[in-house]
Amino acid sequence: MDITYRALITELHGMLFGAFFILALFGLLVLLYRSVFETQPAVVTPRGRYLEQIYLIGLPVFGWLAVLSGAYIVYPWYRAVPPAGTVLTSTNFPRYFLLSNAATAGWHNIGMEWKEYVAWYAVIAATMLAYVLIRYGSAIHLHAEMRTIVITFATVAFLTAGIAGALGALINKAAPVEGGNIIHMTGGAK
Amino acid sequence: MTEQKTSATLTNGSAAAAILSSGIGCFVLGAIAHIADAHKPFGKQLSIYMPTGPLSGISTVGIVVWLASWVVLAWRWNNKNVAFKSIGIAAIVLLLLSVLLVFPPFEDMMQGK
Repeated sequence: MDITYRALITELHGMLFGAFFILALFGLLVLLYRSVFETQPAVVTPRGRYLEQIYLIGLPVFGWLAVLSGAYIVYPWYRAVPPAGTVLTSTNFPRYFLLSNAATAGWHNIGMEWKEYVAWYAVIAATMLAYVLIRYGSAIHLHAEMRTIVITFATVAFLTAGIAGALGALINKAAPVEGGNIIHMTGGAK
Repeated sequence: MTEQKTSATLTNGSAAAAILSSGIGCFVLGAIAHIADAHKPFGKQLSIYMPTGPLSGISTVGIVVWLASWVVLAWRWNNKNVAFKSIGIAAIVLLLLSVLLVFPPFEDMMQGK
C-alpha cells in the first residue's frame, strides 16, 4: 500500500482540508436555515457558546488551508511545464496531458479555470460569516435582514466550495497529481 | 439579562462592513481574473510567485482589497446603524457577478471566442 508524496499532499488538500471545509459550511447552512423557524433564539450555555466559536473559527481555517495548499503546493505541480520531447502521460504533467486531447481539454479549460478562482470566494465569504456570527451570536435574531444576507452568502459559499471540490476531485481522477518519493504505508510487495 | 440588553443595542454597522467588503474583495478578484484572461501580458505581470502563475497575484490583490475595504468600512460604520438591506443586496450582486466573471464560457463569450 504505497502513495507518492505529491498524491498524499493532494489528498490532504482535497479530502482533509477541502472536505472538512465543505462539511462545516453545510452544517453552518443547516443551523442558519433552522434559526429562521425558531420563535426565539436558542439559549446556549457559556460552554456551548465556546464550542460554537471554535467551530466558527475552524470553518475558515480549514478553508484557508485548502486554498493556500491548493494554490501554492498542488497547483504548481499540476501546471508544471514539461521539458521538450516529454511523452505526456496522465500522471506526469496533468495540465498539459489534459490539454493534449480535445476530449479531456475541458477539464482544464472549464474545470480548473473556474475552480481556481471560485474557491477563494468561498473562503472569503466563510471568514466573513465566522466574524459576523461570532460577533452577533444569537442577536442575529434581532436583525432579520442581516440573517437573510448571511444565509445567502453561506449558500453561495457552500455552492462555490462544492464546485471547487467536485471539479478538483474529477480533474484529479482524469489526470492525477503524482510524483515525489513513494511512501510505503503498510507491508511490502508480495 | 445583560446579554439581552447587549443584543438589543448591537448596531449593524460592523456586520455591514464585513459583508460588503467580502463582496468587494470577491468582485475585484473576479474582475482582475477576467481581465488577466483576456490580456495575457497583464496576467503574466501578476505572477508574483512563478510556480503558481497569475493566480498568485490575482488572489493576493483580491485579498488585499478585501481586507483594506473591510478596515475602512469598519472604521466608518462601527457602532452605527446603516441601510443594511441595500448594502446586503449590493454585496450579493457583487458576489454573484464575481462567480459569473470567472465562468469560462462567459469569459469566452465576452472575448468573442
